[in-house]
Amino acid sequence: MATSKKPYERPVIQRLNAGVTGKFGQPSVTASVSNIDGNSVDALIQQFGSPLFVISENTLTKTYRDAERAFTNRYPKVQLAWSYKTNYLDAVCRIYHRLGAWAEVVSGFEYEKALANGVEGSKIIFNGPGKSAAELEKAIHNQSLIHIDHADEFYVLRELVQQNGQSARVAIRVNMDCGIYPQWDRFGFNLENGEAFNMIEQICSVDEMHLEGLHCHIGTFVLSTQSYSIAAAKMSQLALQIKKQFSITIKYLDLGGGFASKNTLKGSFLQGQDANPSIDKYAEAICSAILKSGFNENELPLLILESGRALIDESGYLLGSVLSHKRLGDGRSALILDFGVNVLFTAFWYDHKISTTQVHGQWQEDMVLYGPLCMNIDVVREHITLPPLNKGDKVVVHNTGAYNMTQWMQFISMRPAVVLIDRNEKPHTIRLRETTATIQAQEKIPNHLTHG
Amino acid sequence: MKIKQNIAISESGFLFDPATGHSFTTNPSGLRIMQLLREGKNKSTILEQLAQEFDTEHDTLERDVNDYLNMLNYFKLTQS
Repeated sequence: MATSKKPYERPVIQRLNAGVTGKFGQPSVTASVSNIDGNSVDALIQQFGSPLFVISENTLTKTYRDAERAFTNRYPKVQLAWSYKTNYLDAVCRIYHRLGAWAEVVSGFEYEKALANGVEGSKIIFNGPGKSAAELEKAIHNQSLIHIDHADEFYVLRELVQQNGQSARVAIRVNMDCGIYPQWDRFGFNLENGEAFNMIEQICSVDEMHLEGLHCHIGTFVLSTQSYSIAAAKMSQLALQIKKQFSITIKYLDLGGGFASKNTLKGSFLQGQDANPSIDKYAEAICSAILKSGFNENELPLLILESGRALIDESGYLLGSVLSHKRLGDGRSALILDFGVNVLFTAFWYDHKISTTQVHGQWQEDMVLYGPLCMNIDVVREHITLPPLNKGDKVVVHNTGAYNMTQWMQFISMRPAVVLIDRNEKPHTIRLRETTATIQAQEKIPNHLTHG
Repeated sequence: MKIKQNIAISESGFLFDPATGHSFTTNPSGLRIMQLLREGKNKSTILEQLAQEFDTEHDTLERDVNDYLNMLNYFKLTQS
């Protein structure tokens, strides 16, 4: 009679450390995740390959609606603008635009993408310090909102509108002390030293320039909602001052982005899921400050938000496979995964939550997670507690929707495919896996190197 | 390879080394290796036995048993 074999788990032995626990207490145990929006992880990898980025349209939509509700419940005029640099895959952008988001772009390339995605020119916010004259000309023609970043840009813009006799809708980017250290003062004009007001005076002296808004971008992954409160109050006061001095009603205040997602920053004592402010807390800080600032009720400016990370991080997953388990010189375990920091760029910033896909026993071990690159910096997690995994086992990296699919690098290995799981739980490829041909198509070989 | 005679091994996978005062835990597959070592089995016999008892491939088993035996050496639980 055939006897059934016992399920196998890699043999593990661990030394017990008695005494006082460390400040981190017991390691947290992450539940396995075998399924994303009705699709098994194994089936997705089998169909689309490993590694693989997956975006959940359900989570994306819910996060957007939650953010929209958080602000519209507190303030009468709100507009979200999708931050293209966070994730500019066309399918992703189109979901946001269908949900009602405008486009916020920071380059000519992103501007072209927004137009191709069907966004009206007047609903494109053109940020960034590197706009060319040709790009500005196009933005003027399309009546886009041009956010002036520096004086040289103003001069180019002034020349263009005066040459063409066409008016431009503009805002200025303002930086200020909001209690954040280090203070972000590289974007736009400083408020405290008077530079911002000087630029406003110059803009107001050009008939063809219509100052419609004020913009700020106070930081990234800002954990202090108080900083937004300060920024919103200062921007409001500036708008009121402009009204008083130039009789110009500022139509909108754009508070930029920078809201934290649920990721855990490296070195953070608490998990991001527990410690980072909710979108409601950011909304409360910003909306209260504007409402208290002294605007007439019928002159409240439109509030624009350009949050990227907080809207998309949670809808993104990176699926991958274990290539090998190995033992380091000091006895620690290590896994080599089939994706590295070239694909998971945010591994430099976060201790990403990583799950297994199968239910394992009680055994967990401390380990390091490496990528497949032949580079010492290719570390996905310096320290994590996971069950004893082996070659071929699958892992799921959570909260990867922001910046990875734009900042990823084709380095040593190819960038993976991206799959969108729609609201009916059907997966669609929205970006193909790169191949050698993809890369070589951009290369040219001079004649003298073509033979022999 | 042999486990030091003075190492106490419980049925639940708890190990105690009276010479150093260190305690260890091991999971069921690790405990099975310890038991077979205690019975004086060599590596190839251990591999054959585990292959009969556990649902896994030979290469995986061979790599993992090598790693486990290295860890026993690392923790100084073995004698020649």
